[in-house]
Amino acid sequence: MSKTDEKLTANAVIAQTLDEATKTDPNLLVVTCDSRGSAGLVPFTNAHPDRTVEMGIAEQNTVTVASGLAHEGKHPFVFSPASFLAMRSIEQVKVDVAFNKNNVKLIGISGGNSYTWLGNTHHSLNDVAITRAIPDLEVYQPCDKYQVKALFKYLVKSDKPAYVRIGKRKLDNVYHEDFNFVPGKAKMIKDGKNVCLVSTGEMLYFALQAAEKLENEGTSTAVVDLASIKPLDTEMLGKLAQKFDYIVTVEEHDVINGIGAAVASEVAKYGHAKLDILGFPDKPAIQGTQDDVFAYYGLDSGGIAKSVKTFINK
Amino acid sequence: MNTLALKKKAVQLRKRTWQLIYNHKNGHTGSDLSCADILVALYYDVLKQTPDTFETPDADTYIQSKGHAVEIWYEVLADKGYIDQKDLDKRYSTFNSPYIGHPTTDVKGMEFHTGSLGHGLGLGVGVALAAKMDGRSKHTYVLMGDGEQAEGSVWEAAMAAGNYSLDNLTAIVDHNNLQITGTTDTVMRSNPINSKYESFGWDVIEVNGNDIASVSNALKKPNETGKPRLIVANTIKGRGITVAENRADWHHKIPTQAEYEEGICELDAQMEALDHE
Repeated sequence: MSKTDEKLTANAVIAQTLDEATKTDPNLLVVTCDSRGSAGLVPFTNAHPDRTVEMGIAEQNTVTVASGLAHEGKHPFVFSPASFLAMRSIEQVKVDVAFNKNNVKLIGISGGNSYTWLGNTHHSLNDVAITRAIPDLEVYQPCDKYQVKALFKYLVKSDKPAYVRIGKRKLDNVYHEDFNFVPGKAKMIKDGKNVCLVSTGEMLYFALQAAEKLENEGTSTAVVDLASIKPLDTEMLGKLAQKFDYIVTVEEHDVINGIGAAVASEVAKYGHAKLDILGFPDKPAIQGTQDDVFAYYGLDSGGIAKSVKTFINK
Repeated sequence: MNTLALKKKAVQLRKRTWQLIYNHKNGHTGSDLSCADILVALYYDVLKQTPDTFETPDADTYIQSKGHAVEIWYEVLADKGYIDQKDLDKRYSTFNSPYIGHPTTDVKGMEFHTGSLGHGLGLGVGVALAAKMDGRSKHTYVLMGDGEQAEGSVWEAAMAAGNYSLDNLTAIVDHNNLQITGTTDTVMRSNPINSKYESFGWDVIEVNGNDIASVSNALKKPNETGKPRLIVANTIKGRGITVAENRADWHHKIPTQAEYEEGICELDAQMEALDHE
């Protein structure tokens, strides 16, 4: 990366990381569905036309073709809006990619609510729920440029199928240049005593800001990064479940079956911590800028802090 | 293998399939019998692939998109030595068996999980595209059903194959005009198939799909068109056993004891007739 404090989009970091990977991986391919512009891949596809497979606006077939390419030893990274890749193509993901254990990396771009005014057809607030329910499919949601880079370095080397959800905004920096990504490991970014926030992706930064507010108001708050949604760090979650009286998950996702449900399934085993799940309610989302919509649903830092206080004072 | 030997092989494999389905009370009988001659043409006359080489870079790939006709494929793979015949006879459709009602990669010779219809052609496009990128000589064959043509993903794949001029890809439609509910013309009209594919940039050949020599010749005809090739193989569902022929309800019907015995007599008579040719 250029300047250490410079904020970058996930797209920019991915394009750069894959470009570097072409030097060592002769089989790496980028597969697009008329999506190279949205994915920020035009410099990559211009530089590497022989590594670009354009499939047109046909997400189902794109995933299937990628499986065929992977079967023949190619390493396809498929880029499509998360809304379409994780829902329209989900049967192809399950059967052609996961059942066959073919090395296809599915990159859900413009995920969550990041398409703002384009509306609910383009938002993906259910993608984690459906992808994490598919056997042999890894699921990741990175939070900053360092994690995106480290994650994609791992994905380039890994031979396992995976789904990654990214958004559109320039990411606030959480980690540093030396960040090492380990699949299946959650990371405690900040320790605390009273309550633990567990978050993922772009929402993690809001959780960190909320933790700061809570600390200032006297509530000792831990923050855990669950970028690796599957494999899930059950060991870490087990420890959190016993250490904390209160755990609150925060995600840019429907409250049904996202990371809240993943965390709940572990926390419930210990019968100690109370859990609250913050996310989008189970109804069509209101439209607006991402910041306005987050504020509306209490997913900005102030809203998260308020929900946490209400929860622990019940 | 000459044409007579191929015909005998088809009768032999129909008999084994009939026995397997009867013994285990499970299978897509009509679909198996429909495409038996196509599989014989492929595996005994065309496909550059053996149990030892099928995973090597230049070996041809066969994808059976109409995965439900899996019993005839099991019998071909057993006969060719990919899988053990006794193991198949014993474990087909039993608890925790790899030999189930649709193809999986747990069975040697099967490169993809198929059976959810409309996936095979796209897989073939991916395989053929990768082979082209690498300059490899392999050819990819995909067998589809005619009922399957109603799946939208078939046409996404057909468009992509035409777009990429995949002349190393041959698709075959087992065109028996029947599907589980009735005729394809009454359930969802896919006819005419030929002109649809032609308009998507394919070279189309129509043959009698139950005539092995015709299928073989079409499969082996050099493709100098620069287009992917479709073989519309006109077949009779349930072909070879009168009671099952051209009847939608035999899509996955299991023969009664009387039907089974009658079918065996019929196949034995066919073999005897071929012995005298």
